[in-house]
Amino acid sequence: MKGLRKAIALVVAAGLLSSTAQAAISDDEIRIGYLADMSGTYRDLSGPGGLESLKMAVEDFGGQVNGKKIVIFNADDLNKPDVGANTVRQWIDEKNVDVVTGLVATSVVMAVNKIVEQENKLALISGSASSALTNEFCSPNHIHWVYDTYALSNGTAHAVLQEGGKDWFILAADYAFGHALEADITKVIEAEGGKVVGKVRHPFPSNDFSSYILQAQGSGAEVVALANAGADLVNALQTASQFGLSQSGQKLAGMVVFLNDVHSMGLEVTQGLMLTTGWYWDMNDETREWAQRYHKRVGRMPTMAQAGVYSSTIHYLNAVKATDSDDSQVVRSKMIETPINDMFAKNGKIREDGRMVHDMYLAQVKTPAESKSEWDLYNILRTIPGEQAYRSLADSQCKLIKN
Amino acid sequence: MTILFGVPLSVLLGQLLLGLINGAFYALLSLGLAIIFGLLRIINFAHGALYMLGAFVTLLSLQYLGVNYWFALFLAPLSVGLIGMLIEKYLLRRITGEDHLYGLLLTFGLALIIEGVFVKLFGVSGSSYPMPDALKGGFNLGFMFLPKYRAWVIVAALIVCFVTWYMIERTRLGSYLRAGTENPKLMQAFGINVPLLITLTYGYGAALAAFAGVLAAPIYPVSPGMGANLLIVVFAVVVIGGMGSIMGAIVTGLLMGLIEGLTKVFYPEAANTVVFLVMVLVLLVRPAGLFGKET
Repeated sequence: MKGLRKAIALVVAAGLLSSTAQAAISDDEIRIGYLADMSGTYRDLSGPGGLESLKMAVEDFGGQVNGKKIVIFNADDLNKPDVGANTVRQWIDEKNVDVVTGLVATSVVMAVNKIVEQENKLALISGSASSALTNEFCSPNHIHWVYDTYALSNGTAHAVLQEGGKDWFILAADYAFGHALEADITKVIEAEGGKVVGKVRHPFPSNDFSSYILQAQGSGAEVVALANAGADLVNALQTASQFGLSQSGQKLAGMVVFLNDVHSMGLEVTQGLMLTTGWYWDMNDETREWAQRYHKRVGRMPTMAQAGVYSSTIHYLNAVKATDSDDSQVVRSKMIETPINDMFAKNGKIREDGRMVHDMYLAQVKTPAESKSEWDLYNILRTIPGEQAYRSLADSQCKLIKN
Repeated sequence: MTILFGVPLSVLLGQLLLGLINGAFYALLSLGLAIIFGLLRIINFAHGALYMLGAFVTLLSLQYLGVNYWFALFLAPLSVGLIGMLIEKYLLRRITGEDHLYGLLLTFGLALIIEGVFVKLFGVSGSSYPMPDALKGGFNLGFMFLPKYRAWVIVAALIVCFVTWYMIERTRLGSYLRAGTENPKLMQAFGINVPLLITLTYGYGAALAAFAGVLAAPIYPVSPGMGANLLIVVFAVVVIGGMGSIMGAIVTGLLMGLIEGLTKVFYPEAANTVVFLVMVLVLLVRPAGLFGKET
């Protein structure tokens, strides 16, 4: 009996020891893994540019926190969940990586999140769109930084409805992401007295959109909503312009539009398009200054996802510095406690469900005459306050929120 | 208004016309594949990359050399055709007579390399090519608005397809080609330079792909992945038409465009799959393809 008590005491002591050990910086290094699509569809929205943005954050910290070196690993997830999951598993097991950042395709992120949660590490998600990540799939081990499908569709649909577009046609990509967007838009439209008069779900990816655009034209809708992204969105917009959709009086609303999409298509095709964005390089001196630094290194202007990598990394490193720990829960609590005030967000707040709530911006693509330079692409029409833009906690299905 | 299967006739007409236009692209691309397979017995997986090269030559020659669209219609096929001939002479030549798999792997690898280099250089978002002035705007056909450019695509593609068919089926050069397909050794014995014929054939197939690339440049985003997306469908078209059959490739290309167009109206979710469904059916009923010779 005495022996047993001694053994228990030893175990408890060991447990205490190990937990105090966790409160320090493990391996005397802060290890960051950057996982993103480096070669496929989402390369330009995140990819090598996001990695450069991460390096900028680390350099701005002098390469170390409280004398402990910051080390970066990076890998291409090829948009494949198994590849992404294996990479992160290896990083954590062999390299003892503390935090994973980048993270684009929702399918990859879901797989990675599971491992990060099992191993009690942290994931900072910048590229991914799905609002489910902080709803039914929330966890205490990841933070969703830049935007989500809810905020984008909500912002744009609301603005277009206010301008008087009541009858909508929805062109959606036929997979989870497109369906989620379609559902989100429909909710907004119906809540504000509008009507969905027609919709098409197109295979992902599609080569030719002329047939769908013709169906949208024939539907008599005032607004055509594009619930797709990347190459499909670019393709659909280009086709809409050739078939004179706007000339025939219909308005186009893009739901998930990135700066690189607009840059790629050119203003001739995209002018007048309404969209919601989490960040834009040309908003104030602070954003411009940072964007110019980025531009010098990468040769392009940053997308909101790429800027988000910088912002989330700085916020993370600040929390590590303040707590002198790289334990995920210690750092996460500190990150939640501290408001975010940097070139990316003003008074941004991380909620308990992992959603970083910050102001979003309603933008309209400039006409070729308005644009003064290659990357002068958006007019910011107005700011959407964070609390309005994101799904409220009252509607949350997240297990971390007690409703 | 006449209603057919719950869809107004005018809508149906519009969709059929669009289907035909997509079919014209399929026809052009599958024609090149069929010619190459016919003579070289190579399953040319680099075809999509060659199509993409054609579009990029068009885009870059405008950006850097100021070459306009009409000139690019000749420049792109010529330069890509030349690249094709080099590929044949220095790479494909080495695996003549080997199993089909070698050719497939070699061309697939080539495609990956070419596309990878372009991703590295130009990113994945792609760029848009300005519509040539003469083809801006469109016709109001009553049942739909048809952009002039799409009308031009169908005319240009059909002309090139039928000229190619005529050359192969009705001229002396074409007869050498067909004979070379049947029995290269005998042709060689007659004093025909078969290796040269083979190089030219691959070059011509590549040029056809590039021509389709030029046609695509003003209406689709010019991006490194544009060919890879299309290639699998085009392969299905060739299989349906009958591997190596010239007329089969052209007619099946147009036909599949139409079928796909109809699917986009009645059940859009299946638009990417319907061609493969047809392929399965054809393979079950007529393994040599609709126009292939049963052996």
